[in-house]
Amino acid sequence: MHEMSVAQSILEIIRQELGKHGLSRLDTVVVKAGRLAGIVPDALLFAWEVLTKDDEFDGSKLVIEEIPLVLRCGSCGEEFTSETNMLFPCPRCGEELGHAILSGREMYIEKVEAE
Amino acid sequence: MEINIERNILEANDRLAVDLADLFRTKSILCLNLMSSPGAGKTSLLERTLADLGGEFKMAVVEGDLQTDNDARRVAATGAQAVQINTEGGCHLDAGMVQKALAHIDLDGLDILFIENVGNLVCPAEFSLGEDHKVTLLSVTEGDDKPEKYPLMFSISSVALLNKVDLLPYVDFDLDKAARHAKALNKDIIVMPVSCRDGEGLGQWYDWLRKERKNKK
Ligand SMILES: Nc1nc2c(ncn2[C@@H]2O[C@H](COP(=O)(O)OP(=O)(O)OP(=O)(O)O)[C@@H](O)[C@H]2O)c(=O)[nH]1
Ligand SMILES: [Mg+2]
Ligand SMILES: [Zn+2]
Repeated sequence: MHEMSVAQSILEIIRQELGKHGLSRLDTVVVKAGRLAGIVPDALLFAWEVLTKDDEFDGSKLVIEEIPLVLRCGSCGEEFTSETNMLFPCPRCGEELGHAILSGREMYIEKVEAE
Repeated sequence: MEINIERNILEANDRLAVDLADLFRTKSILCLNLMSSPGAGKTSLLERTLADLGGEFKMAVVEGDLQTDNDARRVAATGAQAVQINTEGGCHLDAGMVQKALAHIDLDGLDILFIENVGNLVCPAEFSLGEDHKVTLLSVTEGDDKPEKYPLMFSISSVALLNKVDLLPYVDFDLDKAARHAKALNKDIIVMPVSCRDGEGLGQWYDWLRKERKNKK
């Protein structure tokens, strides 16, 4: 869905970064995506392949690492990780409402390997 | 060699969104980003709101639509200014598109700017448009498990409108369950059951708009 614009934004940032460091050949990009960020890894990988085909980054590897969803209970403050996107009862007190998202919404480029 | 980057992928959009938010603050315009699945009733809500509050506020609409300008025409029929952004198949509006569209709107003296986002519950959530509030619509024909399936959208919205309640007798939709799930990651979200067909519940929506309009001054 929006993976094409995400891939485009990644490309732009990487061009800037490689320029800054005087590098030209990109080997690997590591992207961190939160569980809630709505990135479908296969779709992003596909978008990356399409965008880099026959250009300076052809053949580079995109690695997508998921950041788990970590919540703080809206009632007792317990921090917990949710494996599902479904209702999030607190494992300690059972509260279902008002949890704060501590992590899981991020979407950033962590690092690149380049020459 | 390895280079640490740690840069937000959507930073370019976020920067533009900050510019837009500044503009709305300077001009004292309340900006609302309306989001939903296709067909949940965003344009219907706008038609109602523009007609019912047209005497109270000066309002304009930026319409995101995949291909057509039908929605912009429906909205313009109420007499409000409407600008169409044709996303040509894109699944969301971004801040750059809104910035371009604003060139065609007379912002002076404007009270409320509505942005009707592209019908989609995933992608628009990631792209800030400089709005004061995100408003998500969910129609009772879609199933009460939508908030559970799309928690991000509801976690960042100030209001969830549960639309088409006139159809409740014909569908299996539990208002309480939907409201509960919408609050899972956002206990402050205001849930309003409404019908844009018969007008039920819209009073609460209008009161919320009046309150937010006042807060912006
Ligand atoms: N029964 C009923 N139908 C409604 C209500 N609100 C909207 N509709 C109908 O639902 C259909 C879609 O409404 P729109 O307002 O076009 O929905 P939308 O969210 O703008 O749709 P897109 O822009 O295509 O994503 C139309 O046929 C409306 O008449 C309602 O409260 N009750
Ligand atoms: Mg519409
Ligand atoms: Zn708890």
